[in-house]
Amino acid sequence: MAVKSAYISKKSGKGDKPNLTNSGFTTEEELYAYREMLLIRRFEEKAGQLYGMGFIGGFCHLYIGQEAVVVGMEMAQKEGDAVITSYRDHGHMLAAGMDPKGVMAELTGRRGGLSKGKGGSMHMFSKEKQFYGGHGIVGAQVPLGAGLAFANKYRGNGQVSVAYFGDGAANQGQVYETFNMASIWKLPVIFVIENNRYAMGTAATRSTAQAEQLGARGAAFGIPYEQVDGMDVRAVRDAAERALDHCRSGEGPYILEMLTYRYRGHSMSDPAKYRSKEEVQKMREEHDPIEQVKARILNGKLATEDDLKKIDAEIRAIVTEAAEFAQNDPEPDVSELYTDIYVNA
Amino acid sequence: MPSILMPALSPTMEEGKLAKWLKNVGDVVKPGDVIAEIETDKATMEVEAVDEGPLTAILVPAGAENVKVNTPIAVIGEADAAPAPKADAPKAETPRAGAAPVAAPAVITSGAPADAGIPAGAEMVTMTVREALREAMSEEMRRDPEVFLMGEEVGQYQGAYKISQGMLDEFGDKRVIDTPITEHGFTGLAVGAAFAGLKPIVEFMTFNFAMQAIDQIINSAAKTHYMSGGQLNCPIVFRGASGAAARVAAQHSQDYAAWYGHIPGLKVVMPYSAADAKGLLKSAIRDPNPVVFLENEILYGKSFEVPKVEDWLVPIGKARIARVGHHVTIVSFGIGMTHAMAAAEKLAAEGIEAEVIDLRTIRPMDLAAVIESVKKTNRCVCVEEGFPQFSVTSEIAAQIMTHAFDYLDAPVARVAGKDVPMPYAANLEKLALPNADEVAAAAKAVLYV
Ligand SMILES: Cc1ncc(C[n+]2csc(CCOP(=O)(O)OP(=O)(O)O)c2C)c(N)n1
Ligand SMILES: [Mg+2]
Repeated sequence: MAVKSAYISKKSGKGDKPNLTNSGFTTEEELYAYREMLLIRRFEEKAGQLYGMGFIGGFCHLYIGQEAVVVGMEMAQKEGDAVITSYRDHGHMLAAGMDPKGVMAELTGRRGGLSKGKGGSMHMFSKEKQFYGGHGIVGAQVPLGAGLAFANKYRGNGQVSVAYFGDGAANQGQVYETFNMASIWKLPVIFVIENNRYAMGTAATRSTAQAEQLGARGAAFGIPYEQVDGMDVRAVRDAAERALDHCRSGEGPYILEMLTYRYRGHSMSDPAKYRSKEEVQKMREEHDPIEQVKARILNGKLATEDDLKKIDAEIRAIVTEAAEFAQNDPEPDVSELYTDIYVNA
Repeated sequence: MPSILMPALSPTMEEGKLAKWLKNVGDVVKPGDVIAEIETDKATMEVEAVDEGPLTAILVPAGAENVKVNTPIAVIGEADAAPAPKADAPKAETPRAGAAPVAAPAVITSGAPADAGIPAGAEMVTMTVREALREAMSEEMRRDPEVFLMGEEVGQYQGAYKISQGMLDEFGDKRVIDTPITEHGFTGLAVGAAFAGLKPIVEFMTFNFAMQAIDQIINSAAKTHYMSGGQLNCPIVFRGASGAAARVAAQHSQDYAAWYGHIPGLKVVMPYSAADAKGLLKSAIRDPNPVVFLENEILYGKSFEVPKVEDWLVPIGKARIARVGHHVTIVSFGIGMTHAMAAAEKLAAEGIEAEVIDLRTIRPMDLAAVIESVKKTNRCVCVEEGFPQFSVTSEIAAQIMTHAFDYLDAPVARVAGKDVPMPYAANLEKLALPNADEVAAAAKAVLYV
């Protein structure tokens, strides 16, 4: 993907480019990225099937195509860094190390789900993994993410918060209210814009001024930004490292605009007639994040076809186990209707 | 061997058309292969194979309409001993796990309405609430060039719930305007345009997202006429789905009738039937005040009889007696009417004749109609899907106590959504919503039977 990058230094407000070359992955890193991305892909495919079979209801937004973004970010983060995102959250949870069984069982609304079946696809959380959801209102997670960063700064614990949002969400006013506060208070937050080109049925170019430079909106607030090839997990990881260093050194927020693509419809009920099959096909063939890693692994002889098949089989086993659990786990006990409304004071 | 079932592809889908087969009997399919296309009233979708193997039978031919969700449509792998359903008669009606708890017949005719306001002898046509809303907007836009529609996905995508389907084609992008996802901004903009005399219809994809914009609705749209000493009015309609759809969880399932009903300066309408949806929306668009028009996603696809008359208008602020009875009054509105009417049927089977009142407008509320009925029946049950505290039904109960205390033979009973955020799990969601049995039980309680 063609990527435009700009680094706006806070003092001058002018673009000056840092070294954005990809550092390259070690063999372990390539294999790790392959495995993590494949887990998300297979998990999401299974979720799509379970939806069609009636096991999952309501809205179900799949992350297929965007795997490199969350995996690359996670590879650079440290334990304790907080993550918050929208309803398109399954990939973020798996990358955060949340149990696939618990995620899938939440999708089917069962008692073993991460929210005991009360939240569903869009609403899961893990304090242990510092994953703060899972939010259904477009844009709402952005100030929440800044609030997590505020708490980190308040406590001086050196942790960073990562707030993900879409190209469509980038038009919500609260995003810019947040940019302003994050900038003046130097909050350690990375705003990750997952620009997958569409907000439901609306191409970013139809709804968004300067749609090809969403990160540049940070310039008005003096927030440094980069545009990143979000289909290349190495580029994501490297950009994430720069952003995390910046935040941890007390310099304030950072924006990463990830150029990415969702292969499926917005949710299961979106036929995606607003784009051509060829457009999707071209992305899959030329930019698929998993195929890119796979090709590097095989071409570089970092592992054999058989090694990868073994990984594939392991992943399938994890996903099958999660799906079976999610189909057989009982629904929540009816008494749960009235629990968890308040914390017992 | 695995059969492929008619999939549900949206939260509220109950049936669809099998538009096309993309594989033939004998083809070997792999998981993920697209094998067929189905059409719902909202969209065309692809059906993927989940299992691997040869397609051994196609059970529902291409072109079949009204195929219920979960009907077997094809078989993959060796045919087994169990007889396969006939190709032309899809019968299986296993309800989809967690499908909407509302079971309504295809065509809903209210039991013996006393006053529907329909001219005698008017020709009736069957249409869905979705079509009725679309007709209302289109008729008003043809009639008045200052009426326009704006909202997320209303134009090129033809509406997130397909209410505005075809309207971009007819009216062009000057009058059917796709907005960015920026509710607070476009609502304020529309209110400003209304101050300047235009007549915006603002579609919220659902009213859950209008919470982003509620400041402009209340502080700007509702209060300005008063604050300006009557100089500046705001002829605007805010419309969209309110309340629970099916399994969309707490942030997407709230009903806002009580929220907006609280505000002086707003009119609040919440229709149940297609006839009312059409007639009330046309009245709302013509009203010189800000009108909040609350629809319901589950009702969008339901069909009702609508009078085919020139300019079908239903007045704002008038209730409708949906069913005449004398033992107990049941008052409801919007989708609550589904439970009220079903309960009335159940009660009738036991010899209890309920009078059912469809409020249609929340504010100004037609209390006179309610009081008059309660004076006759001496007992009242009010029904809504919203939260029970500080709700529309608590308002009705208070009003009846004030204005008809001496006529009551029992305290007013209320049936509402449970006092919990909407859970996602199918069993809990069902419990969280009111149903006909609860309404019937409440009616019996006030009748002491
Ligand atoms: C405030 C609000 N408005 C509208 C919606 C309905 N909605 C859900 S997702 C979505 C599109 C968001 O697109 P984008 O931010 O690009 O994220 P993506 O879905 O592409 O990940 C819309 C309009 C919502 N959930 N919240
Ligand atoms: Mg997007």
